[in-house]
Amino acid sequence: MARTDVLVSADWAETNLNAPGLVFVEVDEDTAAYDKGHLTGAIKLDWKTDLQDPVRRDFVNKAQFEALLSAKGISNDDTVVLYGGNNNWFAAYAFWYFTLYGHTSVKLIDGGRKKWELDSRTLSDETVTRAATTYVAQEQDLSIRAFRDEVVASIGDKNLVDVRSPEEFAGTILGPAHLPQEHAQKGGHVPSAINIPWSKAANDDGTFKSDDELSALYGAAGLDTTKATIAYCRIGERSSHSWFVLSQLLGQADVKNYDGSWVEYGSLVGVPIEVGAK
Amino acid sequence: MTSCAAPDQSLPAAPLADGATLIEGTISQSGAPVAGAYVRLHDASGEFTAEVVSSPEGSFRFYAAPGAWELRALSPKGNTRGELTAAIGLNRAELVLT
Repeated sequence: MARTDVLVSADWAETNLNAPGLVFVEVDEDTAAYDKGHLTGAIKLDWKTDLQDPVRRDFVNKAQFEALLSAKGISNDDTVVLYGGNNNWFAAYAFWYFTLYGHTSVKLIDGGRKKWELDSRTLSDETVTRAATTYVAQEQDLSIRAFRDEVVASIGDKNLVDVRSPEEFAGTILGPAHLPQEHAQKGGHVPSAINIPWSKAANDDGTFKSDDELSALYGAAGLDTTKATIAYCRIGERSSHSWFVLSQLLGQADVKNYDGSWVEYGSLVGVPIEVGAK
Repeated sequence: MTSCAAPDQSLPAAPLADGATLIEGTISQSGAPVAGAYVRLHDASGEFTAEVVSSPEGSFRFYAAPGAWELRALSPKGNTRGELTAAIGLNRAELVLT
């Protein structure tokens, strides 16, 4: 897989906004960003209300995902072009999510909403509606999704990549520094995990670093490319960003995202935890 | 469950918990607030820690830890940076685009 198969530039996106067969989708936690202005013709997905089960901590199921995409007017044959705020965290999460449910063609706009805004590109406040479709999803591809028991069993074996900030990894703080600190019960990281913050894979403007830079980054941090890899963060979207880098840009085999992440692991009774920097 | 996305920077901060370290400030240019700037918090080693988008009033806020921090801001109007040493409690930081 080549970088150009999964990643498009803002220039490319701007040129292809009206191209047939493409559906531009903004994914944010807070749809207020979309409502203030979005790419012309783009629809929105709310990572929480659209993609999370309203009661349990889990994703919407296959039937719910089919109903969602059908209502949004996305067809199985469409190429879904994702972008969003927060350095594309939620767009990368949606990329992983669409892949989990077997969508064939998905792309990410490099730099997402941030790069688009910093370039002062046009944003539209038009209301976008698309004709409903009949979308058919696949069963979840669990080869890219890790659960807690597999994480515990992987300690000292697989690559465990903690993509949170060094302070979260060390256990000094429990969540990102722009949020009140009220998350998992315990701070720290999964024993044997290596800390490769997601941010090291991105430039200041939110675009991804080059393949050579990314290979050097993970190599220097001790990632064993002959082993399977599980990435995690706090709730699974920053680790989607790193999952995208490892599996889609670098072509690393057998990479999973642990979406339960530290909010789950750091609240489990009896599992081992390490604290401090490494 | 809260997401990892930044909360609305216009809202008043929740009551500060005992021992919490809050970095709060504004970004401006020629005395006017800069809305929509990407304000990034980096630790003493230069490592990225968090990023928020400034409010219509140019406000930003980080929940951090005591120590040295660097703030970097990116905006279509220009970029800037600043440094501070935060202590437990409220720490103010002002960024000015030239």
